[in-house]
Amino acid sequence: MDGLIQLLYSVPVLGLLFQFVGYVIEIVPRIAPIILQNATPIALAALCGVMCERSGVVNIGIEGIMIAAAFVGWYVGVLVQPALGGDPSAFFGVTPALLVALGAALLAGMLISLLHAWLSITVRADQIISGTIINIAAFGLTGYLNTLISTTSPNGAGAFTRFRPPPEIADIPVVGWIAEMLLRQGPIAMSLIVIVIVFQVLLFRSRWGLRTRAVGEHPRAAETVGIDVIWVRYRNVVLAGALAALAGAYLSMEGTNSFQQGMTAGRGFIGLAAMIVGRWTPVGALGAALLFASARALGDSISFARPPGELGTLLGQLPGQFFDALPYLVTIIVLAGLIGRSIPPAADGQPYEREKAAA
Amino acid sequence: MTSDVQVTQAPALEMRGITKRYPGVLANAGISLDVRPGEIHALLGENGAGKTTLMNILYGLARPDAGEILVDGTPVEITSPHDAIAHRISMVHQHFMLVPVLSVSDNILLGEEPMAGPIFLDRARAHRRIRELGKTFGWEIDPDQRVESLSVGWQQRVEILKALYRNARILVLDEPTAVLTPQETKEIFAVLRRLRAEGYAIIFISHKLHEVLEIADRITVIRRGKVVGSRTPAATNEEDLAEMMVGREVNLTADRGTSHPGEVILRVEQVRVKDDRRSEVVQGVDLEVRSGEILGIAGVAGNGQDELVEAIVGLRRPSSGRIELAGRDVTHAGPRQRHRLGVGFVPADRHRFGLVLSFPLTDNFILTDYYEPPYARGIIRNEAAIDARARRGIRDYDVRTPSATVTTGTLSGGNQQKLIVAREFDGEQRLLVLDQPTRGLDVGSIEFIHGQTIAKRDAGTAILLVSAELDEVLELSDRIAVIYRGQIVAVRDGRTADKNEIGILMATGGSGASGSPSSPAA
Repeated sequence: MDGLIQLLYSVPVLGLLFQFVGYVIEIVPRIAPIILQNATPIALAALCGVMCERSGVVNIGIEGIMIAAAFVGWYVGVLVQPALGGDPSAFFGVTPALLVALGAALLAGMLISLLHAWLSITVRADQIISGTIINIAAFGLTGYLNTLISTTSPNGAGAFTRFRPPPEIADIPVVGWIAEMLLRQGPIAMSLIVIVIVFQVLLFRSRWGLRTRAVGEHPRAAETVGIDVIWVRYRNVVLAGALAALAGAYLSMEGTNSFQQGMTAGRGFIGLAAMIVGRWTPVGALGAALLFASARALGDSISFARPPGELGTLLGQLPGQFFDALPYLVTIIVLAGLIGRSIPPAADGQPYEREKAAA
Repeated sequence: MTSDVQVTQAPALEMRGITKRYPGVLANAGISLDVRPGEIHALLGENGAGKTTLMNILYGLARPDAGEILVDGTPVEITSPHDAIAHRISMVHQHFMLVPVLSVSDNILLGEEPMAGPIFLDRARAHRRIRELGKTFGWEIDPDQRVESLSVGWQQRVEILKALYRNARILVLDEPTAVLTPQETKEIFAVLRRLRAEGYAIIFISHKLHEVLEIADRITVIRRGKVVGSRTPAATNEEDLAEMMVGREVNLTADRGTSHPGEVILRVEQVRVKDDRRSEVVQGVDLEVRSGEILGIAGVAGNGQDELVEAIVGLRRPSSGRIELAGRDVTHAGPRQRHRLGVGFVPADRHRFGLVLSFPLTDNFILTDYYEPPYARGIIRNEAAIDARARRGIRDYDVRTPSATVTTGTLSGGNQQKLIVAREFDGEQRLLVLDQPTRGLDVGSIEFIHGQTIAKRDAGTAILLVSAELDEVLELSDRIAVIYRGQIVAVRDGRTADKNEIGILMATGGSGASGSPSSPAA
């Protein structure tokens, strides 16, 4: 067996491919949970985009909502921890302070989304500008407040902890790796899968989903059958804010236990790309986010521990930045390859005016 | 016809003194209208007369400034379509209110969703109900089919099913025949007669006089937001109705006279064109248009006309074939080159092509020639020449506007179209391509544009006329070519063509090659 592998590895050029496959098989058990962790904030951001745009509102302020929610969640945790106290419980390390902080983060995200909804739906402002304002304001404010607060260097409220499945699971090929990916996670990453499935089913099988899609495609038709277009859009945009906020909360309360300036690092925008690649469906968005996250985990893995042999020598000659850029390169290639066939909801980004009677 | 019992019934719907003012326009000035169960009441009027506003008020899409609405004699408040539906009022809009990417059943049940539990739709129940409703008209409906894959005629049936699904009793149809072939029109009329017999109260909005005379029990004409009068079909005729609509005598049929075709100006040879989705929608078209002749292209919308026209004026590159203009190969020439060779173009969608609505009239008049003297002196605009050009166009083509410098978007559709016609018809054209030149226009504007078209032909211009209005093609064309699925399936003489035959050719492409292909011989 080993002899055969060595033989395959030594084939010129094609051998590099075999070596690469061998390397991937070797590292997958280790990076499987990391892939879902990388994908979680991106996928949640993408779901926020899907929920907004399916109802016809473009939201490029997702990044801003995420950073604001990340900050609010972390800082509320800091504030309430002394009062509520308590040690991390066995259940994902949940403390009362963490729950309050999570609730505050979600509320903050929904409030900012409400602002975006008001600007884009009621005021009928340019939705790109509204989203840009939210991004700039959120980054500026959180950065400024963080600088003020960090001088007093308070202790955080901690973070959600991960479930630990028995380590033997990772030894089972494929099934074990998937189980490892799904189970070695904190509560937010684990709930992502549930959220995606529920969202997907509701979008295509429930009254809410049907009305959402109708409003995003042809709001006037929806209005003529008695649907309140404005209300549907408000509801979706505000609910979507909670999804983006969950993405932010993941960053400061599950992925880490602290807030850093600019810690979203473009994940909100990558989420928008994932939404497009996933053709505005929750499952597609998750798939795209997983693809991006896999590229990132692979790139990280290569820069930390170069594969042995010929392949490793070759990769070693590439600059380290190449591996940092890998996920973005993958995104660009997939976007360029698929975007022509990915059609947005017909009324996406168009404000709806009720009394603008057809001429 | 309706029986006496029904006639004496109280109106199912009554609108009293409806008044609606938009900034600068009195759209409805005290309009009263009623309709009884088992009656088809036609509402006739030019574009901008206030028909659509009145119906939007009835359907809760606009609020009246004054007046009241009574259903079965009881005053009701209708502030949204939701209220209208609750009073069992349903509307089939001129531009169908269907979501193209959704299935037939999703479109029908939208807003009145049958539920299985608190969250999920009960699509199976809706499917059964839709199939049953369809069967009462003998329609085989596939509830799972996407609406965008249906023909216009079937989309309209879906709209009617939508109304019946909601248990409507009062049915409003806004220009229902505007996009239909004559056969489809006959079918929809049969459906309407049947609904009338079943006691539905129907308001039928149209500006087609002969249709109104054919289907209606009563006709009410409105002009400039006011009711001009009501007639029964027996007590009136087309001329009378046209005069009521327009407020003056109208020449209903353009006098096309005789044509004197000269040399071939436009020659299209085996042209194939792909649409935006890369499917070949023009599949080898051959055409010739001679100077002093009008060639009409008849066809149901979406059979490749748009792409063919775009290929002829240079907006779309044919994938193969050859286009000649006065003997010169222009297959690969751009729109400006063709324009300079004497091609005038009146596009179908004047909001997307042909006009910049946010520009003043003056700039739109020179949109095709702005870079040339006298409108340009080097890189500087010659405002005096531009202004003179606009004034001349406004005068000669009767464009109704407060001034030459107002924003073009503020003009009515008819006057916008006259602006384009004024620009494209002016000068020495070899070829005029008219794509739906009178779509959505009122009788007066249509009369004017038709007159101008015939005058250009008599002056020796070759004219290619594309229209979804078969009546228009029949009225103006010297020759008629029928396009079906990207191919010219027949050419007929314009003066002797049979409307029914053309209609069938439009809908079916004719019988095609006779007989089915037998198994190939060795």
